[in-house]
Amino acid sequence: MRRWLIALLVLLLGRLRRRPRLPREERIVEPAPPDRSAENLALALFGCAALCGVAFPVVYAVDAIPHQTQSLGLALGLALAFIAAACIVIGRRLVVTEELEEDYSLPGHPDEEDAVARIVEESGDRFTRKRLLLLAGTGAGTALGVALITPGASLGPLLDVSSLYRTPWRRGVRLVDEAGQRFRADEIEEGTFYTAYPEHADREQMGAPLVVVRLKPEQLQLPGGRRGWAPDGIVAYSKICTHAGCAIALYRKPTFPPVEPRPALICPCHYSTFDPARGGQVLFGPAGRDLPQLPLEIDPIGELRAGGNFSGAVGPSWWGVRNHGARS
Amino acid sequence: MRRSVLLLATAALLLVSVARAGPPSPGVTHVSVPPGTPLVDWGAQLFGANCVTCHGPEGRGIFSSIAGAGGTTGLGPSLQGVGAQAADFYLRTGYMPLEDPHKQPRRSRVLFSEQELQALIAYVASLKQGPPVPTPHPEGGDLAEGLKQFTEHCAGCHQVAAAGGYVTNAVAPALNRATPVQIAEAARIGPYVMPRFSERQISNQQLDSIIRYVIYAKHPDDRGGWAMGHIGPVPEGLVTWFIGIAAIVATCVVIGRRLST
Repeated sequence: MRRWLIALLVLLLGRLRRRPRLPREERIVEPAPPDRSAENLALALFGCAALCGVAFPVVYAVDAIPHQTQSLGLALGLALAFIAAACIVIGRRLVVTEELEEDYSLPGHPDEEDAVARIVEESGDRFTRKRLLLLAGTGAGTALGVALITPGASLGPLLDVSSLYRTPWRRGVRLVDEAGQRFRADEIEEGTFYTAYPEHADREQMGAPLVVVRLKPEQLQLPGGRRGWAPDGIVAYSKICTHAGCAIALYRKPTFPPVEPRPALICPCHYSTFDPARGGQVLFGPAGRDLPQLPLEIDPIGELRAGGNFSGAVGPSWWGVRNHGARS
Repeated sequence: MRRSVLLLATAALLLVSVARAGPPSPGVTHVSVPPGTPLVDWGAQLFGANCVTCHGPEGRGIFSSIAGAGGTTGLGPSLQGVGAQAADFYLRTGYMPLEDPHKQPRRSRVLFSEQELQALIAYVASLKQGPPVPTPHPEGGDLAEGLKQFTEHCAGCHQVAAAGGYVTNAVAPALNRATPVQIAEAARIGPYVMPRFSERQISNQQLDSIIRYVIYAKHPDDRGGWAMGHIGPVPEGLVTWFIGIAAIVATCVVIGRRLST
Protein backbone atom coordinates (compact mmCIF):
# COMPACT_ATOMS: atom_id res chain seq x y z
CA MET A 1 0.00 0.00 0.00
CA ARG A 2 2.75 2.48 1.02
CA ARG A 3 4.74 1.66 -2.06
CA TRP A 4 1.70 2.35 -4.19
CA LEU A 5 1.13 5.72 -2.51
CA ILE A 6 4.75 6.77 -3.05
CA ALA A 7 4.61 5.71 -6.67
CA LEU A 8 1.42 7.76 -7.15
CA LEU A 9 3.02 10.81 -5.49
CA VAL A 10 6.13 10.61 -7.64
CA LEU A 11 3.99 10.30 -10.73
CA LEU A 12 1.92 13.35 -9.79
CA LEU A 13 4.96 15.50 -8.92
CA GLY A 14 6.63 14.47 -12.13
CA ARG A 15 3.57 15.55 -14.08
CA LEU A 16 3.34 18.89 -12.29
CA ARG A 17 6.88 20.05 -13.01
CA ARG A 18 6.89 22.24 -16.08
CA ARG A 19 9.24 21.52 -18.86
CA PRO A 20 11.56 24.40 -19.75
CA ARG A 21 10.51 26.18 -22.87
CA LEU A 22 13.01 26.39 -25.69
CA PRO A 23 13.00 29.64 -27.62
CA ARG A 24 12.34 29.21 -31.32
CA GLU A 25 13.62 31.69 -33.80
CA GLU A 26 11.18 31.57 -36.72
CA ARG A 27 7.60 30.39 -37.34
CA ILE A 28 6.30 28.17 -40.10
CA VAL A 29 2.59 28.61 -39.52
CA GLU A 30 1.42 32.17 -39.87
CA PRO A 31 0.43 33.56 -36.48
CA ALA A 32 -3.36 33.84 -36.28
CA PRO A 33 -5.24 36.24 -33.99
CA PRO A 34 -6.58 34.66 -30.79
CA ASP A 35 -10.33 33.97 -30.87
CA ARG A 36 -11.60 34.58 -27.35
CA SER A 37 -15.26 34.02 -28.23
CA ALA A 38 -14.64 30.62 -29.78
CA GLU A 39 -12.57 29.70 -26.77
CA ASN A 40 -15.34 30.77 -24.43
CA LEU A 41 -17.81 28.78 -26.47
CA ALA A 42 -15.69 25.65 -26.23
CA LEU A 43 -15.32 26.16 -22.49
CA ALA A 44 -19.07 26.65 -22.12
CA LEU A 45 -19.77 23.49 -24.12
CA PHE A 46 -17.35 21.45 -22.00
CA GLY A 47 -19.04 22.92 -18.93
CA CYS A 48 -22.46 21.86 -20.21
CA ALA A 49 -21.14 18.37 -20.95
CA ALA A 50 -19.79 18.13 -17.41
CA LEU A 51 -23.15 19.29 -16.02
CA CYS A 52 -25.00 16.67 -18.04
CA GLY A 53 -22.54 14.03 -16.93
CA VAL A 54 -23.09 14.99 -13.30
CA ALA A 55 -26.85 15.07 -13.87
CA PHE A 56 -26.80 11.34 -14.72
CA PRO A 57 -25.92 10.03 -11.25
CA VAL A 58 -28.24 12.67 -9.72
CA VAL A 59 -31.21 11.45 -11.79
CA TYR A 60 -30.17 7.89 -11.04
CA ALA A 61 -30.14 8.51 -7.30
CA VAL A 62 -33.29 10.63 -6.91
CA ASP A 63 -36.34 8.44 -7.46
CA ALA A 64 -38.74 11.39 -7.33
CA ILE A 65 -37.68 12.58 -10.79
CA PRO A 66 -40.36 11.58 -13.32
CA HIS A 67 -39.52 9.63 -16.51
CA GLN A 68 -36.25 8.47 -15.00
CA THR A 69 -35.20 6.21 -17.85
CA GLN A 70 -35.75 8.90 -20.45
CA SER A 71 -33.95 11.50 -18.31
CA LEU A 72 -30.98 9.19 -17.89
CA GLY A 73 -30.79 8.69 -21.63
CA LEU A 74 -31.12 12.41 -22.23
CA ALA A 75 -28.34 13.25 -19.75
CA LEU A 76 -25.93 10.78 -21.32
CA GLY A 77 -26.87 11.77 -24.87
CA LEU A 78 -26.50 15.50 -24.19
CA ALA A 79 -23.15 15.01 -22.46
CA LEU A 80 -21.83 13.24 -25.55
CA ALA A 81 -23.40 15.85 -27.86
CA PHE A 82 -21.82 18.74 -25.93
CA ILE A 83 -18.38 17.12 -26.00
CA ALA A 84 -18.78 16.59 -29.73
CA ALA A 85 -19.83 20.24 -30.19
CA ALA A 86 -16.85 21.47 -28.18
CA CYS A 87 -14.50 19.38 -30.32
CA ILE A 88 -16.11 20.76 -33.47
CA VAL A 89 -15.67 24.35 -32.23
CA ILE A 90 -12.03 23.71 -31.39
CA GLY A 91 -11.38 21.99 -34.67
CA ARG A 92 -13.04 24.55 -36.88
CA ARG A 93 -12.38 27.84 -35.13
CA LEU A 94 -9.35 27.46 -32.89
CA VAL A 95 -6.87 25.21 -34.63
CA VAL A 96 -5.01 27.04 -37.39
CA THR A 97 -5.75 25.29 -40.61
CA GLU A 98 -3.39 25.41 -43.49
CA GLU A 99 -3.39 23.21 -46.49
CA LEU A 100 0.05 22.06 -47.49
CA GLU A 101 0.81 19.74 -50.31
CA GLU A 102 4.10 17.99 -50.29
CA ASP A 103 5.50 14.65 -51.25
CA TYR A 104 6.33 12.12 -48.64
CA SER A 105 9.83 12.73 -47.48
CA LEU A 106 12.33 9.96 -47.41
CA PRO A 107 13.14 8.74 -43.93
CA GLY A 108 16.11 10.29 -42.28
CA HIS A 109 15.21 13.98 -42.66
CA PRO A 110 15.22 15.14 -39.08
CA ASP A 111 14.78 18.78 -40.11
CA GLU A 112 11.52 18.12 -41.88
CA GLU A 113 10.22 15.89 -39.13
CA ASP A 114 11.05 18.62 -36.67
CA ALA A 115 9.22 21.09 -38.88
CA VAL A 116 6.10 18.94 -38.88
CA ALA A 117 6.22 18.75 -35.09
CA ARG A 118 6.54 22.54 -34.94
CA ILE A 119 3.62 23.02 -37.27
CA VAL A 120 1.47 20.95 -34.94
CA GLU A 121 2.81 22.81 -31.92
CA GLU A 122 2.33 26.24 -33.42
CA SER A 123 -1.13 25.57 -34.78
CA GLY A 124 -2.23 25.55 -31.18
CA ASP A 125 -1.12 29.13 -30.82
CA ARG A 126 -4.58 30.62 -30.80
CA PHE A 127 -5.28 28.98 -27.45
CA THR A 128 -4.62 31.64 -24.87
CA ARG A 129 -5.85 29.53 -21.95
CA LYS A 130 -4.65 26.12 -22.99
CA ARG A 131 -4.48 24.62 -19.53
CA LEU A 132 -7.99 25.85 -18.68
CA LEU A 133 -9.37 24.31 -21.86
CA LEU A 134 -7.54 21.10 -21.13
CA LEU A 135 -9.00 21.15 -17.62
CA ALA A 136 -12.50 21.74 -19.00
CA GLY A 137 -12.11 18.85 -21.42
CA THR A 138 -10.82 16.61 -18.66
CA GLY A 139 -13.74 17.66 -16.45
CA ALA A 140 -16.27 16.84 -19.12
CA GLY A 141 -14.60 13.49 -19.77
CA THR A 142 -14.50 12.65 -16.08
CA ALA A 143 -18.16 13.56 -15.58
CA LEU A 144 -19.08 11.37 -18.53
CA GLY A 145 -16.99 8.53 -17.10
CA VAL A 146 -18.77 8.85 -13.76
CA ALA A 147 -22.12 8.77 -15.59
CA LEU A 148 -21.12 5.60 -17.40
CA ILE A 149 -20.11 3.67 -14.29
CA THR A 150 -23.09 4.84 -12.19
CA PRO A 151 -25.43 1.99 -13.29
CA GLY A 152 -22.96 -0.39 -11.66
CA ALA A 153 -24.64 0.61 -8.39
CA SER A 154 -27.65 -1.43 -9.53
CA LEU A 155 -25.61 -4.61 -9.39
CA GLY A 156 -26.45 -4.90 -5.73
CA PRO A 157 -25.37 -3.79 -2.29
CA LEU A 158 -21.63 -3.33 -2.05
CA LEU A 159 -20.87 -3.98 1.60
CA ASP A 160 -24.07 -4.67 3.51
CA VAL A 161 -25.66 -7.75 1.93
CA SER A 162 -28.06 -8.44 4.81
CA SER A 163 -31.01 -7.19 2.71
CA LEU A 164 -30.39 -10.04 0.25
CA TYR A 165 -31.25 -12.63 2.90
CA ARG A 166 -34.60 -11.01 3.71
CA THR A 167 -37.87 -12.52 2.42
CA PRO A 168 -41.49 -11.63 3.19
CA TRP A 169 -42.24 -15.17 4.41
CA ARG A 170 -42.61 -16.13 8.04
CA ARG A 171 -44.74 -18.65 9.86
CA GLY A 172 -48.46 -18.13 9.27
CA VAL A 173 -48.29 -16.04 6.07
CA ARG A 174 -50.99 -17.23 3.64
CA LEU A 175 -50.30 -18.22 0.04
CA VAL A 176 -52.32 -16.28 -2.55
CA ASP A 177 -52.49 -16.50 -6.34
CA GLU A 178 -51.89 -13.75 -8.91
CA ALA A 179 -55.38 -12.34 -8.32
CA GLY A 180 -54.84 -12.29 -4.55
CA GLN A 181 -57.12 -15.27 -3.86
CA ARG A 182 -56.00 -17.57 -1.07
CA PHE A 183 -54.90 -21.07 -2.00
CA ARG A 184 -56.72 -23.96 -0.40
CA ALA A 185 -54.76 -27.19 -0.02
CA ASP A 186 -57.46 -29.23 -1.79
CA GLU A 187 -57.23 -26.95 -4.86
CA ILE A 188 -53.62 -27.95 -5.49
CA GLU A 189 -53.76 -30.78 -8.04
CA GLU A 190 -51.10 -33.22 -9.11
CA GLY A 191 -49.53 -32.90 -12.54
CA THR A 192 -49.50 -29.12 -12.67
CA PHE A 193 -47.80 -26.19 -10.94
CA TYR A 194 -48.98 -22.99 -9.31
CA THR A 195 -47.37 -19.61 -8.72
CA ALA A 196 -48.05 -18.25 -5.26
CA TYR A 197 -47.24 -15.02 -3.42
CA PRO A 198 -47.32 -13.98 0.23
CA GLU A 199 -50.58 -12.31 1.25
CA HIS A 200 -50.32 -8.53 1.83
CA ALA A 201 -46.70 -8.25 0.74
CA ASP A 202 -44.71 -6.68 -2.07
CA ARG A 203 -44.58 -9.20 -4.92
CA GLU A 204 -41.59 -7.53 -6.55
CA GLN A 205 -39.29 -8.74 -3.80
CA MET A 206 -36.91 -11.48 -4.82
CA GLY A 207 -38.10 -13.74 -2.04
CA ALA A 208 -41.85 -13.35 -2.71
CA PRO A 209 -42.84 -15.69 -5.59
CA LEU A 210 -43.22 -19.41 -5.01
CA VAL A 211 -43.78 -22.38 -7.25
CA VAL A 212 -46.12 -24.90 -5.64
CA VAL A 213 -46.63 -28.50 -6.79
CA ARG A 214 -48.33 -31.54 -5.37
CA LEU A 215 -46.52 -34.88 -5.42
CA LYS A 216 -47.50 -38.22 -4.00
CA PRO A 217 -46.35 -38.29 -0.34
CA GLU A 218 -44.55 -41.59 -0.94
CA GLN A 219 -42.54 -39.97 -3.78
CA LEU A 220 -41.01 -37.41 -1.42
CA GLN A 221 -37.45 -37.87 -0.22
CA LEU A 222 -36.89 -34.56 1.52
CA PRO A 223 -33.55 -33.99 3.29
CA GLY A 224 -33.40 -34.65 7.02
CA GLY A 225 -34.83 -31.90 9.19
CA ARG A 226 -37.64 -31.09 6.78
CA ARG A 227 -40.21 -33.40 8.31
CA GLY A 228 -43.66 -31.87 8.02
CA TRP A 229 -42.63 -29.33 5.38
CA ALA A 230 -44.85 -30.91 2.73
CA PRO A 231 -48.34 -31.57 4.13
CA ASP A 232 -50.28 -34.00 1.89
CA GLY A 233 -47.34 -33.98 -0.54
CA ILE A 234 -47.65 -30.26 -1.36
CA VAL A 235 -44.21 -28.67 -1.70
CA ALA A 236 -43.29 -25.01 -2.25
CA TYR A 237 -40.03 -23.64 -3.59
CA SER A 238 -38.73 -20.18 -4.43
CA LYS A 239 -39.63 -19.41 -8.05
CA ILE A 240 -36.31 -17.62 -8.58
CA CYS A 241 -33.54 -19.77 -10.06
CA THR A 242 -30.37 -19.90 -7.95
CA HIS A 243 -28.23 -19.50 -11.07
CA ALA A 244 -29.14 -16.22 -12.78
CA GLY A 245 -32.41 -15.24 -11.12
CA CYS A 246 -34.85 -16.15 -13.89
CA ALA A 247 -38.33 -17.38 -13.02
CA ILE A 248 -38.75 -21.17 -12.81
CA ALA A 249 -41.45 -21.32 -15.49
CA LEU A 250 -41.28 -25.00 -16.47
CA TYR A 251 -42.64 -28.00 -14.66
CA ARG A 252 -41.80 -31.31 -16.22
CA LYS A 253 -44.35 -33.86 -15.02
CA PRO A 254 -44.50 -37.42 -16.30
CA THR A 255 -47.83 -38.64 -17.62
CA PHE A 256 -46.66 -42.23 -17.30
CA PRO A 257 -43.78 -42.36 -14.77
CA PRO A 258 -42.42 -45.84 -15.70
CA VAL A 259 -41.04 -44.60 -19.04
CA GLU A 260 -40.80 -40.82 -18.61
CA PRO A 261 -38.32 -38.55 -16.80
CA ARG A 262 -39.00 -37.80 -13.13
CA PRO A 263 -40.84 -34.62 -12.10
CA ALA A 264 -38.62 -31.54 -12.25
CA LEU A 265 -38.76 -27.78 -11.95
CA ILE A 266 -36.81 -26.20 -14.81
CA CYS A 267 -35.58 -22.68 -15.44
CA PRO A 268 -36.06 -21.78 -19.12
CA CYS A 269 -33.02 -19.48 -19.24
CA HIS A 270 -30.22 -22.05 -18.93
CA TYR A 271 -32.13 -25.26 -18.17
CA SER A 272 -31.15 -25.60 -14.55
CA THR A 273 -33.26 -28.54 -13.41
CA PHE A 274 -34.34 -29.05 -9.79
CA ASP A 275 -35.94 -32.08 -8.13
CA PRO A 276 -39.08 -31.08 -6.21
CA ALA A 277 -39.27 -34.49 -4.54
CA ARG A 278 -35.78 -34.18 -3.01
CA GLY A 279 -35.80 -30.71 -1.53
CA GLY A 280 -34.96 -28.83 -4.73
CA GLN A 281 -31.71 -30.70 -5.43
CA VAL A 282 -29.96 -29.66 -8.68
CA LEU A 283 -30.40 -32.45 -11.26
CA PHE A 284 -28.86 -30.69 -14.24
CA GLY A 285 -27.64 -27.32 -15.43
CA PRO A 286 -25.50 -24.44 -14.25
CA ALA A 287 -27.23 -23.74 -10.90
CA GLY A 288 -24.80 -24.18 -8.04
CA ARG A 289 -27.24 -24.35 -5.13
CA ASP A 290 -30.45 -26.22 -4.42
CA LEU A 291 -33.70 -24.37 -4.89
CA PRO A 292 -34.73 -22.96 -1.48
CA GLN A 293 -37.76 -24.79 -0.07
CA LEU A 294 -40.49 -23.10 1.97
CA PRO A 295 -42.13 -25.19 4.71
CA LEU A 296 -45.91 -25.34 4.35
CA GLU A 297 -48.79 -25.84 6.76
CA ILE A 298 -52.48 -26.42 6.23
CA ASP A 299 -54.55 -24.41 8.70
CA PRO A 300 -57.78 -25.72 10.29
CA ILE A 301 -59.94 -24.24 7.51
CA GLY A 302 -57.84 -25.89 4.79
CA GLU A 303 -55.88 -22.86 3.57
CA LEU A 304 -52.17 -23.02 2.80
CA ARG A 305 -49.79 -21.07 5.01
CA ALA A 306 -46.03 -20.80 5.32
CA GLY A 307 -44.57 -22.84 8.16
CA GLY A 308 -41.48 -20.64 8.44
CA ASN A 309 -38.88 -19.20 6.12
CA PHE A 310 -36.94 -20.72 3.22
CA SER A 311 -34.34 -23.45 3.69
CA GLY A 312 -31.66 -21.17 2.23
CA ALA A 313 -30.98 -17.78 0.69
CA VAL A 314 -33.22 -16.96 -2.28
CA GLY A 315 -32.12 -15.92 -5.76
CA PRO A 316 -28.81 -15.90 -7.63
CA SER A 317 -25.72 -16.36 -5.52
CA TRP A 318 -23.43 -13.67 -4.16
CA TRP A 319 -20.31 -13.80 -2.01
CA GLY A 320 -21.07 -15.33 1.34
CA VAL A 321 -24.47 -16.64 0.19
CA ARG A 322 -24.06 -19.72 2.33
CA ASN A 323 -23.22 -17.74 5.49
CA HIS A 324 -26.84 -17.34 6.56
CA GLY A 325 -30.24 -18.73 5.74
CA ALA A 326 -33.22 -16.63 4.64
CA ARG A 327 -34.48 -14.11 7.20
CA SER A 328 -37.93 -12.64 7.72
CA MET B 1 -70.17 -58.48 -19.33
CA ARG B 2 -70.67 -59.20 -23.01
CA ARG B 3 -68.20 -56.48 -23.85
CA SER B 4 -65.48 -57.70 -21.55
CA VAL B 5 -65.80 -61.21 -22.93
CA LEU B 6 -65.51 -59.79 -26.42
CA LEU B 7 -62.49 -57.80 -25.37
CA LEU B 8 -60.71 -60.67 -23.71
CA ALA B 9 -61.38 -62.74 -26.78
CA THR B 10 -59.85 -60.08 -29.03
CA ALA B 11 -56.91 -59.68 -26.68
CA ALA B 12 -56.29 -63.40 -26.69
CA LEU B 13 -56.65 -63.46 -30.45
CA LEU B 14 -54.17 -60.65 -30.72
CA LEU B 15 -51.62 -62.31 -28.51
CA VAL B 16 -51.92 -65.48 -30.57
CA SER B 17 -51.57 -63.58 -33.81
CA VAL B 18 -48.61 -61.64 -32.42
CA ALA B 19 -47.01 -64.88 -31.36
CA ARG B 20 -47.37 -66.12 -34.91
CA ALA B 21 -46.35 -62.93 -36.65
CA GLY B 22 -43.37 -61.99 -34.49
CA PRO B 23 -42.68 -58.40 -33.39
CA PRO B 24 -45.26 -55.95 -34.71
CA SER B 25 -44.24 -53.82 -37.63
CA PRO B 26 -45.08 -50.12 -37.57
CA GLY B 27 -48.56 -49.44 -38.79
CA VAL B 28 -52.03 -50.23 -37.56
CA THR B 29 -54.35 -53.18 -37.89
CA HIS B 30 -57.67 -52.42 -39.50
CA VAL B 31 -60.64 -54.46 -38.39
CA SER B 32 -63.57 -55.00 -40.69
CA VAL B 33 -66.89 -55.30 -38.95
CA PRO B 34 -70.29 -56.09 -40.38
CA PRO B 35 -72.36 -53.01 -41.17
CA GLY B 36 -74.56 -51.92 -38.31
CA THR B 37 -72.04 -52.85 -35.60
CA PRO B 38 -72.26 -50.28 -32.77
CA LEU B 39 -69.40 -47.75 -32.81
CA VAL B 40 -68.25 -48.73 -29.33
CA ASP B 41 -68.00 -52.40 -30.28
CA TRP B 42 -66.00 -51.61 -33.39
CA GLY B 43 -63.80 -49.43 -31.18
CA ALA B 44 -63.30 -52.37 -28.82
CA GLN B 45 -62.15 -54.52 -31.73
CA LEU B 46 -59.71 -51.84 -32.90
CA PHE B 47 -58.48 -51.36 -29.34
CA GLY B 48 -57.87 -55.04 -29.02
CA ALA B 49 -55.96 -55.08 -32.29
CA ASN B 50 -53.82 -51.98 -31.78
CA CYS B 51 -53.75 -50.72 -28.20
CA VAL B 52 -54.23 -53.54 -25.72
CA THR B 53 -50.58 -54.66 -25.79
CA CYS B 54 -49.59 -51.51 -23.90
CA HIS B 55 -52.77 -50.20 -22.31
CA GLY B 56 -54.00 -53.57 -21.09
CA PRO B 57 -57.44 -55.14 -21.20
CA GLU B 58 -60.18 -52.51 -20.79
CA GLY B 59 -57.47 -49.85 -20.78
CA ARG B 60 -56.42 -50.72 -17.24
CA GLY B 61 -52.77 -50.00 -18.09
CA ILE B 62 -49.60 -52.10 -17.85
CA PHE B 63 -47.28 -50.62 -15.27
CA SER B 64 -44.25 -52.87 -15.32
CA SER B 65 -42.72 -54.07 -18.49
CA ILE B 66 -43.36 -57.79 -19.02
CA ALA B 67 -41.94 -59.55 -22.04
CA GLY B 68 -44.96 -60.87 -23.87
CA ALA B 69 -45.43 -63.35 -26.65
CA GLY B 70 -43.33 -62.76 -29.74
CA GLY B 71 -40.86 -60.51 -27.91
CA THR B 72 -43.36 -57.69 -27.47
CA THR B 73 -43.17 -55.70 -24.28
CA GLY B 74 -46.24 -53.77 -23.30
CA LEU B 75 -46.03 -50.74 -21.05
CA GLY B 76 -48.59 -47.99 -20.88
CA PRO B 77 -50.80 -45.89 -18.63
CA SER B 78 -54.39 -46.65 -17.70
CA LEU B 79 -56.98 -45.09 -19.98
CA GLN B 80 -59.87 -45.40 -17.56
CA GLY B 81 -61.30 -41.97 -16.88
CA VAL B 82 -59.22 -40.12 -19.45
CA GLY B 83 -62.36 -39.68 -21.53
CA ALA B 84 -62.87 -38.78 -25.16
CA GLN B 85 -60.68 -35.68 -24.65
CA ALA B 86 -57.38 -37.56 -24.29
CA ALA B 87 -58.28 -40.24 -26.86
CA ASP B 88 -59.20 -37.59 -29.42
CA PHE B 89 -55.93 -35.71 -28.79
CA TYR B 90 -53.54 -38.68 -28.87
CA LEU B 91 -55.15 -40.32 -31.90
CA ARG B 92 -55.75 -37.27 -34.08
CA THR B 93 -52.22 -35.93 -33.55
CA GLY B 94 -50.78 -39.31 -34.49
CA TYR B 95 -49.09 -39.54 -31.03
CA MET B 96 -50.66 -42.98 -30.72
CA PRO B 97 -50.11 -45.74 -31.61
CA LEU B 98 -46.56 -45.37 -30.34
CA GLU B 99 -43.85 -47.51 -31.87
CA ASP B 100 -41.78 -47.78 -28.68
CA PRO B 101 -43.27 -47.01 -25.27
CA HIS B 102 -39.94 -45.54 -24.14
CA LYS B 103 -39.98 -42.86 -26.83
CA GLN B 104 -41.58 -39.45 -26.63
CA PRO B 105 -44.78 -39.45 -28.71
CA ARG B 106 -44.44 -37.15 -31.73
CA ARG B 107 -46.88 -35.76 -34.24
CA SER B 108 -47.09 -38.20 -37.11
CA ARG B 109 -49.38 -39.34 -39.90
CA VAL B 110 -52.75 -40.62 -38.68
CA LEU B 111 -53.14 -44.19 -39.94
CA PHE B 112 -56.75 -44.75 -38.89
CA SER B 113 -59.69 -43.66 -41.01
CA GLU B 114 -62.12 -41.04 -39.67
CA GLN B 115 -64.71 -43.71 -38.76
CA GLU B 116 -62.08 -45.84 -37.04
CA LEU B 117 -60.95 -42.80 -35.02
CA GLN B 118 -64.53 -42.11 -33.95
CA ALA B 119 -64.98 -45.75 -32.97
CA LEU B 120 -61.78 -45.84 -30.89
CA ILE B 121 -62.59 -42.53 -29.19
CA ALA B 122 -66.10 -43.76 -28.39
CA TYR B 123 -64.67 -46.97 -26.94
CA VAL B 124 -62.09 -45.20 -24.72
CA ALA B 125 -64.79 -42.76 -23.56
CA SER B 126 -67.04 -45.71 -22.67
CA LEU B 127 -64.44 -47.29 -20.33
CA LYS B 128 -65.17 -44.89 -17.50
CA GLN B 129 -66.72 -41.45 -17.07
CA GLY B 130 -64.23 -38.84 -18.37
CA PRO B 131 -64.00 -35.38 -19.91
CA PRO B 132 -65.53 -34.99 -23.39
CA VAL B 133 -63.82 -33.45 -26.43
CA PRO B 134 -63.76 -29.69 -25.74
CA THR B 135 -65.32 -27.14 -28.08
CA PRO B 136 -63.17 -24.01 -27.97
CA HIS B 137 -64.30 -20.69 -29.45
CA PRO B 138 -61.07 -18.93 -30.42
CA GLU B 139 -63.02 -16.28 -32.39
CA GLY B 140 -64.36 -15.08 -29.02
CA GLY B 141 -60.86 -14.82 -27.54
CA ASP B 142 -58.74 -11.71 -27.21
CA LEU B 143 -55.43 -11.77 -29.09
CA ALA B 144 -53.53 -9.48 -26.69
CA GLU B 145 -54.81 -11.40 -23.68
CA GLY B 146 -53.84 -14.61 -25.47
CA LEU B 147 -50.26 -13.40 -25.91
CA LYS B 148 -50.12 -12.47 -22.22
CA GLN B 149 -51.46 -15.83 -21.06
CA PHE B 150 -49.31 -17.75 -23.54
CA THR B 151 -46.21 -15.89 -22.34
CA GLU B 152 -47.06 -16.70 -18.75
CA HIS B 153 -48.05 -20.35 -19.04
CA CYS B 154 -46.67 -21.77 -22.30
CA ALA B 155 -43.75 -19.74 -23.66
CA GLY B 156 -41.25 -21.16 -21.15
CA CYS B 157 -41.22 -24.39 -23.19
CA HIS B 158 -42.93 -23.65 -26.52
CA GLN B 159 -41.24 -20.21 -27.04
CA VAL B 160 -43.30 -17.08 -27.38
CA ALA B 161 -43.65 -17.64 -31.13
CA ALA B 162 -45.04 -21.16 -30.45
CA ALA B 163 -42.11 -22.51 -32.47
CA GLY B 164 -41.27 -25.24 -29.96
CA GLY B 165 -38.25 -25.73 -27.74
CA TYR B 166 -36.53 -28.01 -25.28
CA VAL B 167 -37.03 -29.22 -21.76
CA THR B 168 -34.32 -31.31 -20.10
CA ASN B 169 -34.87 -34.88 -21.37
CA ALA B 170 -37.80 -33.95 -23.64
CA VAL B 171 -38.82 -31.82 -26.60
CA ALA B 172 -41.58 -29.20 -26.54
CA PRO B 173 -43.20 -29.49 -29.99
CA ALA B 174 -43.85 -26.60 -32.35
CA LEU B 175 -47.52 -25.68 -32.44
CA ASN B 176 -47.75 -24.76 -36.12
CA ARG B 177 -49.90 -27.79 -36.93
CA ALA B 178 -52.06 -27.81 -33.82
CA THR B 179 -55.78 -27.30 -34.35
CA PRO B 180 -57.87 -25.25 -31.89
CA VAL B 181 -59.41 -28.41 -30.43
CA GLN B 182 -56.00 -30.04 -30.00
CA ILE B 183 -54.63 -26.94 -28.21
CA ALA B 184 -57.60 -26.94 -25.85
CA GLU B 185 -57.17 -30.67 -25.21
CA ALA B 186 -53.41 -30.44 -24.63
CA ALA B 187 -53.78 -27.64 -22.07
CA ARG B 188 -56.23 -29.72 -20.03
CA ILE B 189 -54.52 -33.12 -20.43
CA GLY B 190 -50.84 -32.19 -20.30
CA PRO B 191 -49.50 -34.78 -22.76
CA TYR B 192 -46.17 -36.49 -21.98
CA VAL B 193 -44.16 -34.24 -19.58
CA MET B 194 -46.27 -31.10 -20.10
CA PRO B 195 -48.12 -29.94 -16.99
CA ARG B 196 -51.89 -29.86 -17.27
CA PHE B 197 -53.76 -26.67 -16.52
CA SER B 198 -57.01 -26.69 -14.60
CA GLU B 199 -59.77 -24.15 -15.10
CA ARG B 200 -58.57 -22.41 -11.94
CA GLN B 201 -55.24 -21.69 -13.65
CA ILE B 202 -56.51 -21.02 -17.19
CA SER B 203 -60.24 -20.33 -17.55
CA ASN B 204 -62.05 -21.42 -20.72
CA GLN B 205 -62.21 -17.77 -21.79
CA GLN B 206 -58.43 -17.40 -21.34
CA LEU B 207 -57.92 -20.68 -23.18
CA ASP B 208 -59.91 -19.29 -26.14
CA SER B 209 -57.58 -16.27 -26.14
CA ILE B 210 -54.50 -18.53 -26.01
CA ILE B 211 -55.82 -20.57 -28.95
CA ARG B 212 -56.47 -17.39 -30.90
CA TYR B 213 -52.89 -16.33 -30.25
CA VAL B 214 -51.44 -19.71 -31.26
CA ILE B 215 -53.43 -19.61 -34.50
CA TYR B 216 -52.16 -16.07 -35.08
CA ALA B 217 -48.57 -17.15 -34.30
CA LYS B 218 -48.67 -19.62 -37.21
CA HIS B 219 -48.57 -16.68 -39.62
CA PRO B 220 -47.64 -13.60 -37.61
CA ASP B 221 -47.57 -10.14 -39.08
CA ASP B 222 -43.82 -9.57 -39.53
CA ARG B 223 -43.60 -5.80 -39.50
CA GLY B 224 -39.81 -5.94 -39.47
CA GLY B 225 -39.68 -7.97 -42.67
CA TRP B 226 -37.46 -11.00 -42.31
CA ALA B 227 -38.77 -13.28 -39.55
CA MET B 228 -35.67 -15.51 -39.18
CA GLY B 229 -37.79 -18.37 -37.89
CA HIS B 230 -39.33 -16.32 -35.07
CA ILE B 231 -37.02 -17.98 -32.60
CA GLY B 232 -35.41 -14.93 -31.12
CA PRO B 233 -31.92 -13.77 -30.25
CA VAL B 234 -29.73 -16.60 -31.56
CA PRO B 235 -30.49 -16.25 -35.30
CA GLU B 236 -30.80 -12.49 -34.88
CA GLY B 237 -27.33 -12.43 -33.32
CA LEU B 238 -25.96 -14.53 -36.17
CA VAL B 239 -27.42 -12.09 -38.69
CA THR B 240 -25.88 -9.19 -36.75
CA TRP B 241 -22.46 -10.79 -36.67
CA PHE B 242 -22.19 -12.28 -40.10
CA ILE B 243 -24.30 -9.92 -42.22
CA GLY B 244 -24.59 -6.64 -40.29
CA ILE B 245 -20.99 -6.36 -39.18
CA ALA B 246 -19.70 -7.57 -42.56
CA ALA B 247 -21.78 -4.85 -44.24
CA ILE B 248 -20.37 -2.18 -41.93
CA VAL B 249 -16.78 -3.31 -42.56
CA ALA B 250 -17.44 -3.31 -46.31
CA THR B 251 -18.82 0.24 -46.07
CA CYS B 252 -15.72 1.34 -44.18
CA VAL B 253 -13.49 -0.13 -46.87
CA VAL B 254 -15.40 1.70 -49.61
CA ILE B 255 -15.26 5.01 -47.75
CA GLY B 256 -11.55 4.59 -47.05
CA ARG B 257 -10.82 3.96 -50.71
CA ARG B 258 -12.68 7.03 -51.90
CA LEU B 259 -10.75 9.25 -49.49
CA SER B 260 -7.35 7.87 -50.41
CA THR B 261 -7.73 8.35 -54.16
